[in-house]
Amino acid sequence: MVGALRKFLDLPRRLPVWNRALNWIWVPGAALFVASQALNLQTTTLGDVYWLLALGVIMAMLLVLRDYRPARSLLLAMAPFVLYKLVEYVLETPQGKIPKQYDSALDTSQAFVIIWLFTFIFIARSQKKQLEKEQALREEEEKAKRLIEAQNAQLEHLVAERTAALTNQAEELRTALTELRTTQAQLIQSEKMASLGELTAGIAHEIQNPLNFVNNFAEVSAELVTELEEEREKPDRDLELEADLLADLKQNLQKIHQHGGRAASIVRGMLEHSRASSGERVPTDLNQLADEYLRLAYHGLRAKDKTFNATLKPEFDPSLPPVAVIAQDLGRVLLNLLTNAFYAVKQRQQKGEPGYAPTVSVSTRRVGDDVEIRVRDNGTGMPESVQAKIFQPFFTTKPTGEGTGLGLSLSYDIVTQGHGGTLAVESREGEGTEFVISLPV
Amino acid sequence: MQILVVDDETDVRDLFQQRFRREIRSGEWSFSFAFSGEEALDFLRQHHSEVLIILSDINMPGMSGLDLLGHVKEEFEMPPTTMMMITAYGDDDSHRKALALGAHDFLSKPVDFAVLKEKLAHLRPA
Repeated sequence: MVGALRKFLDLPRRLPVWNRALNWIWVPGAALFVASQALNLQTTTLGDVYWLLALGVIMAMLLVLRDYRPARSLLLAMAPFVLYKLVEYVLETPQGKIPKQYDSALDTSQAFVIIWLFTFIFIARSQKKQLEKEQALREEEEKAKRLIEAQNAQLEHLVAERTAALTNQAEELRTALTELRTTQAQLIQSEKMASLGELTAGIAHEIQNPLNFVNNFAEVSAELVTELEEEREKPDRDLELEADLLADLKQNLQKIHQHGGRAASIVRGMLEHSRASSGERVPTDLNQLADEYLRLAYHGLRAKDKTFNATLKPEFDPSLPPVAVIAQDLGRVLLNLLTNAFYAVKQRQQKGEPGYAPTVSVSTRRVGDDVEIRVRDNGTGMPESVQAKIFQPFFTTKPTGEGTGLGLSLSYDIVTQGHGGTLAVESREGEGTEFVISLPV
Repeated sequence: MQILVVDDETDVRDLFQQRFRREIRSGEWSFSFAFSGEEALDFLRQHHSEVLIILSDINMPGMSGLDLLGHVKEEFEMPPTTMMMITAYGDDDSHRKALALGAHDFLSKPVDFAVLKEKLAHLRPA
C-alpha cells in the first residue's frame, strides 16, 4: 500500500521528508498491537484508531500534494471513504457493532463510497498517466530544445569563426588592393616614362632641325650684315642690293623666331608629357596636337630603326573648333595609337610584300556635336580575337619587353573616363587598322 | 652648274639661297629645290640633262633619300649625275648603305656650309 502510494505520487521526489516518515508508519500500528496484546484488550477500537491515523496521514499528505492533480483526485476519492469510516467509528458501539437502525444506510453509503473511491482512483490513475505522457512530451521537447540550443551555440561559434576569417580576408584583400593601386600608379608612370624614352630620339631629331635653322639663319644673317656694311662703305652704293639684304635680314629674323618657337614647343610638349597630369581641360587645337605627335612618333621610331620609312598623311579639317581636352593625356593617346600604327606598318613591311607602301594617316573632322580623330594604318591588321582584347590591361601582341600592354588600356580610360568620349577600333587582318577617337565639343 | 636640293623642310630653300648668294649671283651655281623624293624624281625627269649634283636628305617621309638614290641610279647615268646624301643621324649604317647604293659623298647634319662649298668645288669640272 505504502509502496503503491510512493510510486503513484512519486513521493521520494515530491515529499522526501514524508517519504522517510512513511517508513515508520507501521510503528504506531505495532505499538498499539503490542499494547493491546499486553493489556489483553479484545477490542477493535485500537485497530480502528490506527486505521484512522493512517488514513489521516495519507489525507494530510494528499492535502500537501493538492497541487498535483492525481493527488487531488485521490484526495477526492478518499474523502467520502474517510468520512464514512469516521461516521462508522462515531456510530460504533464500544463492542464494535453498528446499531441496527443505521445498517441499511451505511450499507448503501459503503457501496457508494467504494464505487466512488475506485472511480476516482481510476480517474487519478488515468490523470497520472496523462500527466506522465505530458511530462514525457515536455521532457522530449526540453531535450530537443537543449539539442537545438547546443546546435545554435555550435553554429554561432562557427559563424564567429567564419566572420573572423572573412574579416581577416577582407583586411588582406584591402591591403592587396592598396598595393595594387600603388603598383598601378607606378605602372602608369613607368609607361609614361617608357613612351618618353621612345620619344627621346624623335624629340632630339625634332629639336635638332629647328636649332639647325636657328644657327644657320643667325650665321647667314651676320654675313648679310657684313655685306651690308661693306656695301655702305662703297662710293657707288647699290641701294637695291641694300634693300634686298635688309629684306633678307628681316625675313631671317622671323625665321629664327619661328624655328626657335618650334623647338620651344617641342620641349614644352616633352615636359608636359612627363609631368603628372594636371587634369585640367583646356581648349586645344587638335590639329596642332595631332601633327606634333605624328612627327614625334614617326621620328621616335626612325631613331630606333633607321631603315624604316613610311608615308605620313595628315588630313586635318581646318575648320575644327578648339576642344577642351587635357592636352598631355590626349597626346599620350595619340602617341600610343601612332606608335602602334607605325609598328603595324613596319611589321607588314618586313614581310617583303612587293609594292607595299607603309602609310599612316591622321585625320580630324567634325561630326555633329563631336570631333573625330582617326588614326589609320595599312599595316598587318588584327584578327577579331585580338581586337576583342586590345583594351584589356597587360594585353600585348608585342614580344616580351617591347610593350607594357598598358598603352591602349590607358588610352581607353583617358578617352572615355577623362574626356567623356569614345575610342573605337576597326581592323582587317592583312589590310590595316583604324582607331577612331570621338570627343564631345 | 645645276644643283638639286631635296629636303622636306621648305626653309632649306631660303637658307641655301642666302648661303650661296654670292655663288648664285655670280652664276657659279644654280639651285633648284624639291621637298620630297617624289617631287625630286618628277623634276629630274623634266629637267633631264640639266642637273648634275643632287643633294638629298635621307630622312624624309614617303620616299626616303635612299629610295630616291635607288631610282636615280636606275633612271639616270651616274656619273655624270652625282649624289650627295645628308642625314640627321651621323650613323655608319646609313653611311654604308648610301655608299653601297652609289652615293658619291655623305654629309651629316648640321650641315657645315664651308665643308659643303669645298666639296662642291671639287665636283666642279675644272
